[in-house]
Amino acid sequence: MHSYLIPVLMGVVFGFLSRLLLLRTDFRQYPTYPTGRIIHLSFGFIAAFIGSVAMPAVLESNWTAVTFLGLAATQFREVRKMERESLQSIDNSELVKRGLPFIEGMAQAFESRNYLVMFTALITTFCAVYSLWLGIICGIILLLIVKFNKSGKVLSAIADVKEAKIRFVGPTLFVDDILIKNVGLEVTRNVITEKAVGVIITPKNQNSVVTLSYLGQRQAMLHHVATVLGSYLDSGEQALVPITKRDMEDGRIALFMLPSEKDFHQVKAVLDKVPILDSAIRMPEEADKGK
Amino acid sequence: MERQHAGIVAVITMSPEKVQSGGAPVFIVKDNKELQTIGMTLEKIMDAAAHEIDAKTLVIVAH
Repeated sequence: MHSYLIPVLMGVVFGFLSRLLLLRTDFRQYPTYPTGRIIHLSFGFIAAFIGSVAMPAVLESNWTAVTFLGLAATQFREVRKMERESLQSIDNSELVKRGLPFIEGMAQAFESRNYLVMFTALITTFCAVYSLWLGIICGIILLLIVKFNKSGKVLSAIADVKEAKIRFVGPTLFVDDILIKNVGLEVTRNVITEKAVGVIITPKNQNSVVTLSYLGQRQAMLHHVATVLGSYLDSGEQALVPITKRDMEDGRIALFMLPSEKDFHQVKAVLDKVPILDSAIRMPEEADKGK
Repeated sequence: MERQHAGIVAVITMSPEKVQSGGAPVFIVKDNKELQTIGMTLEKIMDAAAHEIDAKTLVIVAH
């Protein structure tokens, strides 16, 4: 087995590097710094190790080892469960919730990243067994692939974000022409007129109409804006809770919220970069509906 | 977003003849100022939202 030491080490190193590349703690502050990071980096290390020792085990025809490694790999399913549970418990104390679909998306991302790490380590070791240089080249190529494919689509790819006027007709609040809700108190109406930002999100095609209608996607947008720009809100202030409403005719989404600072430019910048949730993507245009 | 059912927890009105008590307490007020004040107080107490039924009646709704 000694001859496999260097390839395995190389696989572990490249696998771990790819986990490092994939781990970003950004404005969402998740995974939390530094404890959450340690959890994920150690998971990544274990994944890299499992991936890289698999290949020598196969080459040595050590089938017991291979079976055990396969078993160990399935343990990474737990990562998803762990992420989902911790995010759900955090979400209960959030002023503007992430929403279950967003949490599911994040949990999936964490699980899949570990598999990516395993895959990187596996391929790197496989190449390194033949030639160390080939291993290094392979590792670097895989790192580049991982680096540039890690993020999915963002909202600006499927919809246009435009500012819209907030207005009251009697007690009824409208964003542009979409009815939002009924506000009973004059004081609250004044606060809303003064501080609220209205946004109309126009889907670019039939597919995005369906994607945007998804409540989880809309909650994710609200959560993003609220985390980045802050919100004029507290628990128990039902009247100020940000909401989205959909124009059922053409699928436009009206978004109403009170950021800490009323500046549409910032709201647009944030909304444009909201990720499209995996669970929200629908492709009705590609389905056969007899048209 | 996952909105469960909403319930009326209180009714505030200037025209009591229009409102029948049925589960939720009814607060009878004499003018718009009082309507708004009591609406505000109840909204804050109940952590709920005040909604306007017509110019003379508010309901406090817990979402």
